[in-house]
Amino acid sequence: MKNLPLLFCGIFFALAFSFTGLILSSHIQLGGLTPSTETMTPSELDPSVMVMVEGDTRFPQQAVGIAQQGKDVYISMGCIYCHSQQVRRADFGADIARGWGPRQTVARDYVTQARVLLGTMRTGPDLAHVGGRPLNADWHHLHLFNPQITSEGSTMPPFAFLYDTQVIDGAPSADALQFPPGSEYGPEEGYEVIPTRRAVALVEYLLSLKINYSLPEAPIQ
Amino acid sequence: MSKSPSNSPKENPYSSASAKVRAELSEIDASIRTAALFFVTSAIVWLIIGTVFALLVAFKAHEPNFASSYEFLTFGRVRSAHLNAMALGWTSNVIFAVGLWIMARLSRFPINHGGMLLIAGFFWNIGLTLGIYGILFGDLTSVEWLEIPHYATPLLAISYTMIGVWGIMAFRFRKGDHVYVSQWYILAALFWFPWLYVVAQLMIIWFPARGVVQSVTNWWFAHNFLGLWMTPMALATAYYLIPKVLGRPIYSYYLSVLGFWSLAIFYNWAGMHHLIGGPIPVWIISAGIVGSVMMVVPVIVVGINHHMSVVGFHKEVWHSPTLRFIVFGAISYTLVSLFGSAMALRSVNEITHFTHFTVGHAHHGVYAFFTMVMFGGVYYMMPRLLKREWPSAALIKLHFWGSAIGITLMVVALQTGGWIQGMQMNNPDILFLDIVQGTIPWLKARSVSGLFLTVGHFAFAINFFWMLFAAGSVRAKEGPTLLAKLKEGGVA
Repeated sequence: MKNLPLLFCGIFFALAFSFTGLILSSHIQLGGLTPSTETMTPSELDPSVMVMVEGDTRFPQQAVGIAQQGKDVYISMGCIYCHSQQVRRADFGADIARGWGPRQTVARDYVTQARVLLGTMRTGPDLAHVGGRPLNADWHHLHLFNPQITSEGSTMPPFAFLYDTQVIDGAPSADALQFPPGSEYGPEEGYEVIPTRRAVALVEYLLSLKINYSLPEAPIQ
Repeated sequence: MSKSPSNSPKENPYSSASAKVRAELSEIDASIRTAALFFVTSAIVWLIIGTVFALLVAFKAHEPNFASSYEFLTFGRVRSAHLNAMALGWTSNVIFAVGLWIMARLSRFPINHGGMLLIAGFFWNIGLTLGIYGILFGDLTSVEWLEIPHYATPLLAISYTMIGVWGIMAFRFRKGDHVYVSQWYILAALFWFPWLYVVAQLMIIWFPARGVVQSVTNWWFAHNFLGLWMTPMALATAYYLIPKVLGRPIYSYYLSVLGFWSLAIFYNWAGMHHLIGGPIPVWIISAGIVGSVMMVVPVIVVGINHHMSVVGFHKEVWHSPTLRFIVFGAISYTLVSLFGSAMALRSVNEITHFTHFTVGHAHHGVYAFFTMVMFGGVYYMMPRLLKREWPSAALIKLHFWGSAIGITLMVVALQTGGWIQGMQMNNPDILFLDIVQGTIPWLKARSVSGLFLTVGHFAFAINFFWMLFAAGSVRAKEGPTLLAKLKEGGVA
């Protein structure tokens, strides 16, 4: 190969091709995607055009307040390396059959997120809809403090460093963890375990993860 | 590249028997010596650091309570520290050393002002140290392959530019008409990597694109880190050293052209197979699957070209430290790439996605292929840079067997365990915790494989520093360090 301009052009266009085809094209297709009402209705002006229903709430909604801070904790702990946040369609894998969500997730489900955490690993279960499962804040706190309490045999590491163990001063604190009676993971007599601000935020974030709304392109059946 | 396969020294100055050409190469070696030694030393230090992280994270994967009270040692962080120490510390430093050295030699152009290259390399490693520290202490981005926090990445990007430009300069001022296949690969990789890195940083971290456009960009970058950065560099090294050591040309010029361009065109679409089944437009995923399957073309072509170049020389390959590693790597390239193409098929991906199978596949590519080839490159380069021989053949053998057994065990364990994990995950009647329990024996096997790799890496590091600090100087008089006695002199 002696024709160097051709070599340079080839090297340039090889990557330019996929950069245009994948990155710019997906940006053009999805970069303007916005939250939508759950269903659409024909426009009054031109019935062939579908429009959002006036007055209906738009989904997905932006996570707010402490749940948003909890996402930062989720990011800084690297939860994504064992937990995905995406539900595949019913006939591809068993995501929906396992109760990981009522419907598949679609691109619009992620448009309000500053950082998208789809994930590619399921050492642990998918969390896209974990807030919609029958698990309350107490369960999540015990599970984070030591997963063996709620899920014996799990390989998830304990996040006990997100909790403080302190002497019970008079009456037990309202937010102290409620260990099962006789649990080997509970604190010593006279002590209690309370969540730090980061633990509270993380649990709020987990509880906020819900696919409990329809989208026009992905209705809950 | 020589116009046609030819053994004549006149047409192929790169394996010339003439003293003049050898003296020229020796001068070029001297011009890059300090910088290359710095990069190799950094690479090996990062390899050892990355190995320690790897052992920790492998052990924690089946013993979750181990060292769990330290926040900075939590699984997600140590895993990311391991990946970045290996990808940017070991991989990129060894690429800077071996890749630039090969480029300078093939271009027959010395690296002038090597001091600036050294300074840039210094800042690369400072940026990386800062990045790993940031990961461990909670600033990781949780974007796969881009975990290094935003305050360290500009330093990496700038120092990369200062490093990469030397390779392009050497090529720009090359002597002679020949442009060899290794030069195409190195030139292309030096140009592709910054494009990928800057786009990924801008579109994910600095000015986040909307929704899953981030994920598309993420996997375009992450898969191309292997495909357009590591792979071309390892192929360039193999293409340079196989003919060099054996003293015979590459089998077919035309196959190397076909191999290069088909890789350039198809590989950079393939990353989308990491998003199969995800909330991504189906056309993007289909494009990724097509790219992945089409990778069969460059892989088979390169495989044939390499195989035909070493066929009949099996004894020499086995006796040469360089070629023993490189041929192991080249065979792994064919295997891992064919696996990769198969894994991109929707029916296979439905099982392997989200499991340890993918982790095994990643190590198959980055270690069994890339790292083994680069080990071979270092074994060849060091004696030329230092004018000394490797002090111990026994340590080289220990390195080879530690690495070869370790990586084979790891890939088999993770892919068998991962396949079972995937099959079970797709059956909703099996409790999730039972699946987790089922992976534990395979994860323990992975930890054992890590011990083998650790032994190999320490053997490598000991031999390297022993050589660096002059202990091998006596051996130079006896000729190259081979892994068996040869009847006649020959390969190194």
